[in-house]
This record gives sequence, C-alpha cells and structure tokens, in this order.
Amino acid sequence: MKQDIADLISTHPLLAGLSVDLIGEVAGCAVNRVWHAGELLITEGEAADTLYLVRRGVVAIEVNAPASGPIVIETVGPGGVVGWSWMFPPYRWHFDARAAGAVGAIAIDAACLRDKADADPELGHRLTFRVAGVLLERLQMTRVRLLDLYGSSRAR
Amino acid sequence: MDPALYRVVANRRETSDVSSLTLAPLKAEMAVAPPRHGQFNMLTAFGVGEAAISVSRSSRLSGRDSGQGLHTAGAGSIVHTIRDVGAVTHALCVASAGSLVGVRGPFGQGWGAEDGDWLAEGDVVVVAGGIGLAPLRSVVDDLAGRSTDASGRLRGRLFVIAGAREQAQVIFADDLARWAALGAIVSVTVDVSTPGWTGHVGLVTAQIAPAGIDPGGARALVCGPEIMMRFTAAALEKLGMDPSRIFVSLERNMQCGLGWCGHCQLGPLILCRDGPIVAYGGAVTHLMRERER
Amino acid sequence: MAWSPRAGDLAVVDVAGLDALIMALADASYDVRGPVVRSGAIEPGPLGGVVDLPRGMRDEQAPGRYDLSDTAGGAFFDWSSSARSWKAELFPPEEELWRARQEPGGNVTFLSTPKASRREPLPLAILGLRPCDFAALGVTDRVFAGAAVPDPRYRRRRDTAFMAVVECGSPGGTCFCSSMGTGPGCEGTDAAPDLVLTEIASGTVADHRFLVRVVSDRGAEVMAAVPTRKATEADRSEREAILSRAAARMGRRLVTEGLPELLLANLDHERWSEVARRCLACGNCTSACPTCFCADVRDTTELSGQVVRRRRWASCFDREHSYLHGGAVRASTSSRYRQWMTHKLATWWDQFGQSGCVGCGRCITWCPVGIDITEEAAALRGAALPAGGGAA
Repeated sequence: MKQDIADLISTHPLLAGLSVDLIGEVAGCAVNRVWHAGELLITEGEAADTLYLVRRGVVAIEVNAPASGPIVIETVGPGGVVGWSWMFPPYRWHFDARAAGAVGAIAIDAACLRDKADADPELGHRLTFRVAGVLLERLQMTRVRLLDLYGSSRAR
Repeated sequence: MDPALYRVVANRRETSDVSSLTLAPLKAEMAVAPPRHGQFNMLTAFGVGEAAISVSRSSRLSGRDSGQGLHTAGAGSIVHTIRDVGAVTHALCVASAGSLVGVRGPFGQGWGAEDGDWLAEGDVVVVAGGIGLAPLRSVVDDLAGRSTDASGRLRGRLFVIAGAREQAQVIFADDLARWAALGAIVSVTVDVSTPGWTGHVGLVTAQIAPAGIDPGGARALVCGPEIMMRFTAAALEKLGMDPSRIFVSLERNMQCGLGWCGHCQLGPLILCRDGPIVAYGGAVTHLMRERER
Repeated sequence: MAWSPRAGDLAVVDVAGLDALIMALADASYDVRGPVVRSGAIEPGPLGGVVDLPRGMRDEQAPGRYDLSDTAGGAFFDWSSSARSWKAELFPPEEELWRARQEPGGNVTFLSTPKASRREPLPLAILGLRPCDFAALGVTDRVFAGAAVPDPRYRRRRDTAFMAVVECGSPGGTCFCSSMGTGPGCEGTDAAPDLVLTEIASGTVADHRFLVRVVSDRGAEVMAAVPTRKATEADRSEREAILSRAAARMGRRLVTEGLPELLLANLDHERWSEVARRCLACGNCTSACPTCFCADVRDTTELSGQVVRRRRWASCFDREHSYLHGGAVRASTSSRYRQWMTHKLATWWDQFGQSGCVGCGRCITWCPVGIDITEEAAALRGAALPAGGGAA
C-alpha cells in the first residue's frame, strides 16, 4: 500500500520530480482518503495536523459568518494543496475546508512530516521551497482578486 | 462613414450592468458587412454618441441559433453585448425594442478562427473575464458548430474558462451550459462567492493548470481586463504554450474605427486597425507591461 | 506660337509671369491660396495675385519665438515657413460628418450625407507651400487616403487640389528639413506636385525670375496661359547654388540614424520627466505640426433637436486623448510628451512606413516654453541608456 501512496504523491504537482527516496519518506507519513460532498476536511480552530494534496474533486476554503453561513473564499481543485497552518505554531486551522463534491486527497500527517523534514535537511529544504512556490501563486492570485477587476466599472 | 440604421429587435439584460442588443438592419441594403469573430462595431446612440462594442453573435457567424431571437431578427442581424460604463453605453443598454441605433463596422482584426479547423490542430483554450466573454461567444459557437461528430459531440478539446465577479455577473450562463453539454470543458469561477454558488471561487488562472491542457499545439484566446489578460497569458506560457499562439483582445480609446483619429494607439499599433485581437508573443508582451503607453 | 512647357519641362517666368500663373489658376476655377501676411505672421490665405504675397518679408524663428519684419527687399519668398502649415486646408480643424433628425417616434433621418452636403466647394490650388509642407501632405496622405477605408473628405480635397511648391532658399532658425530629407529642394517625393518653383531674386529687378518645373499634365495646362521661356544651364546652376546654400543654413539638425530604435529603447529615460517639467501640455506643437492628424469624434444635440457628429482636431497632449472607462492611459505629461515624440519619430514608421516628422520646425517655434524636438532627441542620444537598461 505504501508503494501506491508513493506513486500518487509523485504524480501530484507539489512533490512531482522529487527523488524516489524523498517521495518514500513523505509516503511514510501519508494516507489516501476520500470525503463526501459537504464533509469538512479542516475545521477552524482545531489542531492543524495534516497537509492535503487534492487528487480529485474540489475543496472549498470557507469561513463561517453568523448570519450568512459559510462564505467560500477560494476553491482548490485537482493538483492543489490545502492546509498550511501545520507549519507554524500554534498549529491551529484558520479556515474551514469542505468537500464541494466527492473529494480524493492524500492526507499527510503534519507531525510526521515536520519530524522527517527536521531529520533530513534535503527533504526540509525542498519541501519548504515547493510549499513556498504554491503559497506565492496563491498570494499572487489573491492580490489580483483584491483588484476587483470585473467589479466596479471605475476599476480596471 | 455614416452609421447604418439598425432596429433594436430585442434587449436582453444579461446582468445588472450588461445588456445584449439584437439589431437588425432597417433596410437590407444598408446592412454592414458580416463581422469576423472578434471584430467590433461602432454603435451610435443618437444624440448621445458612439462607442466601440463587441459583436457577441451574428446570424451569419454562428452555425446555430440559440434562442437569442436571431431567427425572428432575420438575416444580417447582430448581437452586441454592452456594459454600462458611460453615457453612450448606458443609452445603448437601456435602448428599448423598436428603437434605432447606428452601426458602423465591422472594424479591426478578429481571432482568425474562420481560417482553419482549429479543434483538429490542438487544444483550444478560451479564457474570458467578465464581459470579455462577449467577443468570444461567436468563436466558441462557430468552433462547436463546425467540429461536432455524428452524435453531436465536439471533435477535439475546447476549454472555456470564464471568470466573473460573482454569480449574478456571469454572462451567457445558458451558452456556457450548452457548450458543456456538447463536450467542451467549461469552468466558471467567481471572485466572490454568494449563497447558492457551488462552482469555483478564485482567479481564472487557477483553472488553467488543473484543466489538463496539452500546451503543444494549443491556441488560447483571452479577453478581459488587461491585468487579467497579462496574468492569464503568463499562466499559459508557464504551462508551456507558445506565446505567439496566445491571442489577447486589447482596448484603447476607439473613436473612428478606421485608423484616422489616432486615439487607439498603443506604441506601434493602431488598435482599431491592427487589433483589437493581437498575438501576445513578442512586442505585445512588452507593450502590455509598459506604463502609460 | 510661343513655347509652352509640357510635363517634365523646366521653364522660366518673370514676376509678371508668376502673376499670370495665379490668374491662370483662378481662371481654371481653383480656389487659389498662398502665403499672405496676416496678424504679423505669414499664413495661408486667399491669393489674388503677386500683390498678396509677402514680398520683402523675412521671418525670424527660434524656440518659442516668431518675428516678422519687412526688409523692403524684392523677393516674394525670402522667409522660411508659414506660421501655420497647410494641414487645415485639407483636414479642417472642425468638420461636420453628418446631421440627423431624431423624431419623437424614434425615427432617425439623415439630413445630409457627405456626398450631397452643401454646394461642392471649388478645388484648391496652393501656390507657395514649402517642400517640407508638401512632404507633410505625403505623410497625411498615407494616414487618410492610404487607410483601408480612405477618408473621402480628405481624398476629395487632396485629389482635386493643385500644388505649386516653392523651393526654400531661406531656411529659418528652427528648420531641419535637410535632416529629414524633405527639403530645401523638392525632388522626388511619394506624391508629385503639379509645379515646383524656385525663386531667383539675387540679381537686378529685371532679372527677378522663377524657375518652374512642370511635373503634371495639369500643371502644363495651367502653364499654357503663362508667358515663359525655356530654362538655361545658367538657370539650373543658379537653382542648385540657392538650394545648397539653403541646406547649409539649416537652424537645426536631427540625427535620424537608428533614431526609432534609440527612442524605443529609452522609454524609461529620466529625460522624459525632465522635459515634462517644462511642457505645459498645451498642444501647440500638435496644432502647428503639419502631420499631426489626431481628431475627436463628438456627437451633440442642437437646440433644433438635430443630432450632429463633428470631427475636431485633438491632441495627444490632452489627458482625454487616451481616455478609457476608468481614466486616462497616459495620465502624466511625461508619458504624453513621450507618446508624441516617439510616435512622430519612431512608431510612425511601424504604422505608416515613414517618419511622421518633416523637419519644418514649427513645434519648436510655437512651443511657449521652447521645447526643441531636435534637442530632446540629441539629449537622449547623448545620454542613452545601455541596451536593455532602465532608469533607476
């Protein structure tokens, strides 16, 4: 089963191209999981203990508001990554993440991954850069969305 | 060039600030030439002024009618999709059926989709932001109309990625659904989710990587706010696409449509003549980044 | 029967002959225009005979300065260039494009189409435009007449107009036509004039004469009514001497070699901001320029209820010129000066296959703060950034 997980991990954009050894280390912390539509992968305030690599389906990053219910901030599709709060103390989720439909994702145990990254600087280094790359892309897209390009006709 | 008189056959409200006018020539002999996909017309709201407007459908362009009243509008009818951003566009957006507007055109360079069997040559990626879907609708209709197999399914892969501020601002929702039913890979994404929206939330560029586009022989047609087009083109290039096969639709102040008035210059380009559709690769990549050009 | 020149011939006329030429043009039903003195400047105006020409007048032009003085000399063309170019004769500052009546029921009736509008005006004859100004017509020809859809108004005026160019023996302080290859002589150009004249006024009053090169058949027809003689070798060499003296007396110089590339490689140069600190964005340069062709198209509703569309000269120095919903693309003065100069000297080549500048110098003379396009180009050349560099 671990071999299958390693294959899945090696085809996900976050870690694709890493050496078999490094993939193997990550695979040791990972399981493949599915969620049904509406189920929460992540709940705000709870312990941030997992990195999710989305394989299929769409995950909605949400925040709950008193009157309007959940507001979707962003959706993450196949090839995307969900969950960063496990990287830094206090390791608590800031948002909810809900399966918008059936979702398949690799769940990587965060404590296990942190330990391995500490023990193997090459894994730590590569993982950090890969994660930073995805964060940068998400930050850039968020910045463009802040422009409200299609919104007010006075903004372009 | 005097405007040709056209009658408003139908005014369909697409969103709170976008309307589609179906226009038919008052006299057949006065009709303007049939536009190519991506060309624009100058529309006159009499007494208010003139504005450059995208053709979103033309009876001689699309292979099929899809309920915009073109059958009843007759030959030579054209659908223009207009966003209310100023005095002229406001007057056009509220023009009632039966009223007259002036039409000059068609002007500029289109997407060039008439010239080949694009879907047979590679993936076709259409990326639209907001009202940017307007000048792309007839291309998608045409490609879909010409490239279906016996069972009515698309031959080849056609990706349509449409972004909007929110669900209520998504234009041509029925067309998007129809293209998806034909086998096009359609993703609609919004900046702001509203109750009831179950689709994607995020920038159009987020839809590019997961779409599974084969960048090799792909063509991309991009229309939207200039910032959105820059980021989209960059994302397509990152995917491995040839920038000379990424086409963008540029906008500057258009007044005459004929290259006489000088307003729509962008560096070496006179956009009403050399555009609005241009290849993103080469000089245009830089032009789109230069300040105040 | 007296000799009469045909197309290709070189003839000589005296002052009475020049007067006869003006009469012959009027007789041929041309609306004859030429340089005349008006409000202390030499300007295009109606020409009834040599008496209307600015005889003995000499202009002095410098950045931001124009003076006209009477030297009491006998020459008719002892000045450099008219204060205004001939652009307005072919491309009027304001022009009605159409007029329509909108009826209460919503019907729209066009009251006139350009073809049927008013009485057909007489064709123009311009006598006394300089080679630089004639070259400028070659530039606007490509814009208006060379467009995929030619401008019918411009083309009608241009096609019917008779052009008698007078070569330049007295360039002024802001002139640089020899840098642009448009003067001081009128040799081969895109579009042929009808006649090319050279004034020879250096000798005695009796010897005051004009060399007339007949270019077109239309020119030959008009010349049939003018007493002439054949030009001699002495006439020819006198013309050459006049033109070479003139070429050596250009007040300004513009190095055109590699200029488009130079300008476009320096779009971020700090010089643009420096010039913008002086530039008032007044648009005088674009009005004075014989090739600036920008125009606004505006609709208005008159009190009568009639809707009128007019085209009016516009300037890229106006903020509104680059307006898009949301604002102006070129909001800063530096970007607008840069647009004007790079268009004129660089991107005009991309758009129309030639330079947009003919070296007439009017933009320098009529700039209220004396900004000098040749100085700006030289400054960029002297302080060009290394290729690929940008201002910090």
